Amino acid sequence: MTFNLKYKPYGNQVILIEWPARIEESILEDIINFKQKIKNDNKYHVQDLIIAYNSLTIKYHYPFKDFKKQMVQLKNSYLSLTTRVVTESITWHIPVCYNLEFGLDLKGLAKEKNLSITTLIDRHSNPFYKVYFIGFLPGFLYLGGLDKTLHCNRKIVPRFNITKGSVGIGGNQTGIYPSDSAGGWNIIGRTPISFFNASLDKPCFAKSGDNIKFRPIDKIEFLEIENKIARGTFTLKQN
Amino acid sequence: MPGFFTSIQDLGRKGYGSVGVPISGAMDLYSAKIGNLTLQNKETAAVLEVTMGNCKLVFEKETKLCITGADFSATLNHKAIVLNTVININKFDVLSFGKCRFGVRSYIAISGGFKTKKVLNSRSFYHSITNNAVVLKGDLLPYNTDTKSLASTFSIVKRNSLHFNSKTLTCYRGPEYHLLTHCQTNQITSTFFSISKHNNRMAYQLNELIKNDIESMLTSAVIPGTVQLTPSGKLIVLMRDCQVTGGYPRILQLTPEAINILSQKTTQDSFQFTVI
Repeated sequence: MTFNLKYKPYGNQVILIEWPARIEESILEDIINFKQKIKNDNKYHVQDLIIAYNSLTIKYHYPFKDFKKQMVQLKNSYLSLTTRVVTESITWHIPVCYNLEFGLDLKGLAKEKNLSITTLIDRHSNPFYKVYFIGFLPGFLYLGGLDKTLHCNRKIVPRFNITKGSVGIGGNQTGIYPSDSAGGWNIIGRTPISFFNASLDKPCFAKSGDNIKFRPIDKIEFLEIENKIARGTFTLKQN
Repeated sequence: MPGFFTSIQDLGRKGYGSVGVPISGAMDLYSAKIGNLTLQNKETAAVLEVTMGNCKLVFEKETKLCITGADFSATLNHKAIVLNTVININKFDVLSFGKCRFGVRSYIAISGGFKTKKVLNSRSFYHSITNNAVVLKGDLLPYNTDTKSLASTFSIVKRNSLHFNSKTLTCYRGPEYHLLTHCQTNQITSTFFSISKHNNRMAYQLNELIKNDIESMLTSAVIPGTVQLTPSGKLIVLMRDCQVTGGYPRILQLTPEAINILSQKTTQDSFQFTVI
């Protein structure tokens, strides 16, 4: 499927390409394909390519002299996207301990939603979430696919310090805090998995297009996994 | 004495936007580059960014320095030194910054650059990426000894006074500029905006409000120099440590020069936008 794209200069070194303003997996796939095409093509001197819900942002190494010329080149590349570039999408199984100690808002949210805590955990851990892109903080995944019955308002007073690994719900989104940070989401559990490690060449294991599946674990398993990670003997389940 | 906010910076961490890593780098790249050029360093050499002065450093090895950017009445062993020139440093010399004469950020370039740990191809400090986000009292900053004398070039880099005095920030139209009404664009280009107390390496918030009812947008990429218009009508100018994505309309994009100029301004300083 070809979309009607908009090309915009964003300063003198960046070009923004926009898809229709919707959050859709078909749009995400198209963006990933186009990104791959640009990445594989040596004629673009690209410093970075950033995916968001309905956009691809191209940062060039050097300022461009002629935006129109760049745009035509990109348009042609997009139109020549006949065969899909195969990008492997991985499903990552993320262990999450949904207990009252880690899930600071688990009780409150269940009450607000008139659900039992077990039902809330089921509805949060059953779906396969789509990774749209990474932003906000290093290693923070924007995930799509949260059960509608779990949509909720952000907290009126944000917390100053949310512990790394906390799993939360805010608005129609769910996500994992990759580092200690302030935030206004409702916290329902915690994962021992690190989503960002600056000492690795690939600092975040997940990428746009991957899937995330949460697996409920108890505190004992949480501590075991934490221990294994510290000793370097833990492997994250993926398929 | 580390001063108000002192950090190691270079040209920044490029190419990691897709995993959410900010670019960082010297706020005033223009001044940082002059320092490295004067010392005949590589452009990528790491410098020390000193914000608002009040900083004291003791050197443990011989080397050469060049101090650029803001003027904080720098002294070497209590003797005044000249900015933008090569300064020879001996063992146990003491460099101090005092009262601010002009500017906000001063740069100490050192022969060969500071040698703190490189993380993701850059030495720029950023919390959760480098071990330190800021230089603390007692920290040791590694550098190489240098006793060679530089080939004389006879030319001293002349200070561009406009860089510190300019009241105009030149910018391009941002990706959402077209959503502004005629009335809003008039207001944006005719208002003298003043900088609020919320200004740091991530962003500068401005005091004056623009009446705004633009609909919210889907989160998309942002870059240093982007001017966002928030629902409350407040303008936020993103700076070097900004996040990689944001959800507010991007109405303007500062030119690279304008970002450097803004980096040398602080709370209550004012300026106008000129759209090209």
